[in-house]
Amino acid sequence: MVLIDILLGGLTLGGLYALVAMGLTLQYGVARIMNLAHGEFLILASFAAFVLVSQWRLHPLLALVLALPLGFALQWAVYRVLLTPLVRRTQAGPALEADSILATFGLLFIVQGIVLVIFGGNYYSYSYLSVPVSILGSTVAANRLLVLALAVLIGGALYVALIKTRLGTAVRVVAVAPRFAPLVGIDVRALSALAFGLGGALVAACGVLVSMFLPFSASMGVVFTMKALVVVIMGGVGHLAGCLAAGLLLGLVESIVARLVDPGLTLAATYVLFLGVLLLRPAGLFGRAAR
Amino acid sequence: MSSGRLDAVPARAAPTQGVPRHPAWGWLAGAVALAALAALAAAPAATASDYWLSLGINLLQYAVMATAWALFSGPTRYVSLATVAFFGIGAYTFAVLGETWPQPVVLLTALGLGVVLAVLTGLATLRLSGVHFVIFTFGLAELVRQLVTWWEVNVTKSVGRYVFVDITQREIYWQLLALLVAVLALGAWIRRSRLGLALRVIGDDEQVASHLGIDTARTKILLFAISAGFITLTGAVMAPRWTYLDPAIAFNPTVSFQVLIMALLGGAGRLFGPLAGVIPLVLLFEVLSARFPNHFPILLGLVFLGIVYLVPNGVLEAVQRAGRPRRTESPS
Repeated sequence: MVLIDILLGGLTLGGLYALVAMGLTLQYGVARIMNLAHGEFLILASFAAFVLVSQWRLHPLLALVLALPLGFALQWAVYRVLLTPLVRRTQAGPALEADSILATFGLLFIVQGIVLVIFGGNYYSYSYLSVPVSILGSTVAANRLLVLALAVLIGGALYVALIKTRLGTAVRVVAVAPRFAPLVGIDVRALSALAFGLGGALVAACGVLVSMFLPFSASMGVVFTMKALVVVIMGGVGHLAGCLAAGLLLGLVESIVARLVDPGLTLAATYVLFLGVLLLRPAGLFGRAAR
Repeated sequence: MSSGRLDAVPARAAPTQGVPRHPAWGWLAGAVALAALAALAAAPAATASDYWLSLGINLLQYAVMATAWALFSGPTRYVSLATVAFFGIGAYTFAVLGETWPQPVVLLTALGLGVVLAVLTGLATLRLSGVHFVIFTFGLAELVRQLVTWWEVNVTKSVGRYVFVDITQREIYWQLLALLVAVLALGAWIRRSRLGLALRVIGDDEQVASHLGIDTARTKILLFAISAGFITLTGAVMAPRWTYLDPAIAFNPTVSFQVLIMALLGGAGRLFGPLAGVIPLVLLFEVLSARFPNHFPILLGLVFLGIVYLVPNGVLEAVQRAGRPRRTESPS
């Protein structure tokens, strides 16, 4: 069944893209940092998972559990050490966006360079749960289903945390009204760092998920960043449900193109979708018109 | 939060603008420039060494691209990350057509393709905020690379092309020099024209610009197309230097990165700013890539971060600020 194949493949990819984009939208919507090195941190986590699983004989799910706090700590530190000086210099004004684009563009080459030095340019993968499962007459590898379930679980947990908890509400306040947040006793810098770190935890988890079912290489990060950026714009900046919808849409479109047209044209499909959004709804599917 | 632009020098700080200078200075500067040009043009004849010639080509290549990049991104402060998309299109056009068509026709074709892509990119993004433009250009090189690869795999059934033409290194050098003169002359002209004024207003405040009756989208698209045109031509001129070309070589993302670093080091807001960044950095990268080929991207990133943090407005600005007397420091 081609239709079921496409649907399942698209949902898995889409769930993953949605999760990557949620991390980015936290960093961009709350901390106001457009992180061009986002995908590099994903690939970094994939390689870390590869080492843990294939050399240290760790269970991939344990690697996933480890990835969350480590990814958080790493990106929290990146924000504190590398980006705080920029926030201070620009006083979080419009110049911050340009400066952060430049700084994270530099970071992209550094992280990618480190991965290249250690692992080289080849594709890596390990085998985990690659047993065929039959669903409605179509066969999928079990690891894909697991990835989909985990993506839903992590994304759902984040959504509930942001909507239901006090801290999550504070994060949303910073996203919506950074200038007024201090008036109600919210420490904007600390929460920006927290949101940036949360984005890091998400992207690290995504890296481990990628390593479970896809071959990956050091130079793949840019493509993930690009797709996450498109999903964030498409869903509306800072909009988690928008991320989910846009991510699933992108995954489905890609899956259709890869299956029915040519796997080499998936990035082109991303761009076509992006163009459509730019021409029809520049503020995103759910976003309100900015400015 | 939706600007996404370089916020470099506020217009007030541009010091030489509007300061009346003695007319003799203009003549002197012109004479010096002509002498330098003559010396540069004659240089390949004076040296027989291939090393110096190839270093000269390297310098000129980045000089043209960084100046062309700053032509658009300097005054408007929109960061373009797509340099190598245009460079690669130029190089690939030459690789496909160079053996059959005469060189001027190939160059014109490349120019046309580059300008068309720039206009399409501009039409899609430059009517919106800067963020959309940055994102679009961020993936553009990768998109073009994948499309070219797809075309080569499915249509021509081979990835990679050999370029055999009799264009000597010296001819490449002279063609690049001509391009550099052209881009500098055009840049100087634009800065004096109404177009340049419109660009500076856009860079300062886009809303003010549109209230003044400036067609901001058209101005930005025009300038982006001019800038991209020069970068595409550089790619087409450089192509005969490689005898073998494939998408990974033509669309190497470090080229975009290097051009950006050089333009920012010198200062993208000035006509000669990028040149001031190109000369030291090409020499530095020459040494680094020879000594530490494996760690080159890491070092490149570190150099870049140093520039973003330490000299955000470029060295020319920093030097000028340091040399200025104390009392003029706080004019406001």
